[in-house]
Amino acid sequence: MSGVFSMDAWATVWNHRESFLLGLGNTLLTACFALALALAIGILLGLLATSGKKPLQFIARVYVEFIQNTPLLLQLCFLYYALAFAGLSMGVIRTGIVALGVYTGAYMGEVVRAAIESVPKGQFEAAQAQGFGYLQRMAYIILPQSIPVMLPPMVNQVVNLFKNTSCLYIVGGADLISVTYSFVTGASTGGAYAPAYIVCGAIFFVVCFPLSTLATRWEASLKERKGRADPALTAAKKAAVLKEAA
Amino acid sequence: MSTLASSFSILTQPGVFVYLLRGIAFTCIISVLGVILGLILGSLLALARTYCKKGPARILGWLSAAYIELFRNTPYLLWIFVCVVFCPCPAFFAHKMFGLTSVEMKLLFKAALALILFNSSVIAEIVRGGLNGVAKGQFEAGYSQGFNTAQVLLYIILPQAYRNIVPTLLSQVITTIKDSSYLANVATIELMARIRQLLSAAGTYNGLGTVNVSDVMVLFGTACVIYFVINFTLSCIVRSMQTRRKKALVFAPAKAA
Repeated sequence: MSGVFSMDAWATVWNHRESFLLGLGNTLLTACFALALALAIGILLGLLATSGKKPLQFIARVYVEFIQNTPLLLQLCFLYYALAFAGLSMGVIRTGIVALGVYTGAYMGEVVRAAIESVPKGQFEAAQAQGFGYLQRMAYIILPQSIPVMLPPMVNQVVNLFKNTSCLYIVGGADLISVTYSFVTGASTGGAYAPAYIVCGAIFFVVCFPLSTLATRWEASLKERKGRADPALTAAKKAAVLKEAA
Repeated sequence: MSTLASSFSILTQPGVFVYLLRGIAFTCIISVLGVILGLILGSLLALARTYCKKGPARILGWLSAAYIELFRNTPYLLWIFVCVVFCPCPAFFAHKMFGLTSVEMKLLFKAALALILFNSSVIAEIVRGGLNGVAKGQFEAGYSQGFNTAQVLLYIILPQAYRNIVPTLLSQVITTIKDSSYLANVATIELMARIRQLLSAAGTYNGLGTVNVSDVMVLFGTACVIYFVINFTLSCIVRSMQTRRKKALVFAPAKAA
């Protein structure tokens, strides 16, 4: 731990700040593109899962179960090595974007599904009674109501996605974690373990902490507002209070 | 087609099956240890963060909040690296054990420690959710029965909190099993690491002298199936638990309220 107080080690890290920034850039790049892919997959899965058609629901179910029950690292390795040995390698970053997008997409799909299911059934029926088609129903009635429910857990998934970019290390990526590791083990820069890890951790923390705090607060305020707006829930609470007092 | 057949022949090589089986065992052991020890540490953290809000104990609350946020917002792989470099390994673990060399044992200890530290922060938030679900009147009722704070927590609050979070904890086991694959980056003992080892030596095992796409498919496919079977079983248990709870809530609303 002595390295924490060594000025030389900190100076080495400062002199190589560009490689850390490059790593951060790669991580952000991967995360952004993967997020776009994940959102697309997630919305599609959510719509499939709430479509009410058995075969479509089955497809969404199989996708979500398969992706959520196998490790991300395995999926990434599978994709990367399969492509590499088939001679179709598309680079670590692009492979990472696909693997992360596919993985996070499964979680996004569950978020979208839960949000759509949280809209009362009467809303679907009322929209249908007004003569809205499927797309109109979704676009004008259902999605506007479910997006506020959807956003906080989605922010949480973004935090996870950002942290999960560290999986690129196993296939030799150039993301923040990999850069840090090659920095501390490099021939000319090696040894500055503590400062390098602190810098790397701090960067992750600075990005993730505001997001995860936002998600938690948002969710709590949403719950509170819903409790105030939902008369049945308020009544149940009142009954509970009365019962406790009795 | 012949490459595919020779790829499958890797799995039937003597020793490979046992090698993988031991990898599965290590994955399960590390994950279960990570969850159980993480639950103990996480419960302490959650208690401190939830109830240490007044007086000098506030500092304890702040510290546990800082710990939880620090670990929750940084990747697990970073903590593996940190533990591998900085964490001292007690001499007791630095021996040949369970068919592992002393170097592997040291790595196992450090990696498992990283998993426990990381997991405890996640579990602390789960336990905190459970604690928040316990009505405040329970405390007052406990005190009025002459219990002291420790007794109230141990006999009244925690049992109720734990009962509320059993499904969430089980899904955390799934996450932990998946996360344990990150250990493949440093250690060479759990399933993911062993699959990679096999792949790097696939050329000698399949008798062709070269590594082909079919080797990748077969080896990683096998790993996928193994992880899927373990995790899917767990997630089915979680789901049946949740539906049973929902039913209980519907039929006995008074009890739930």
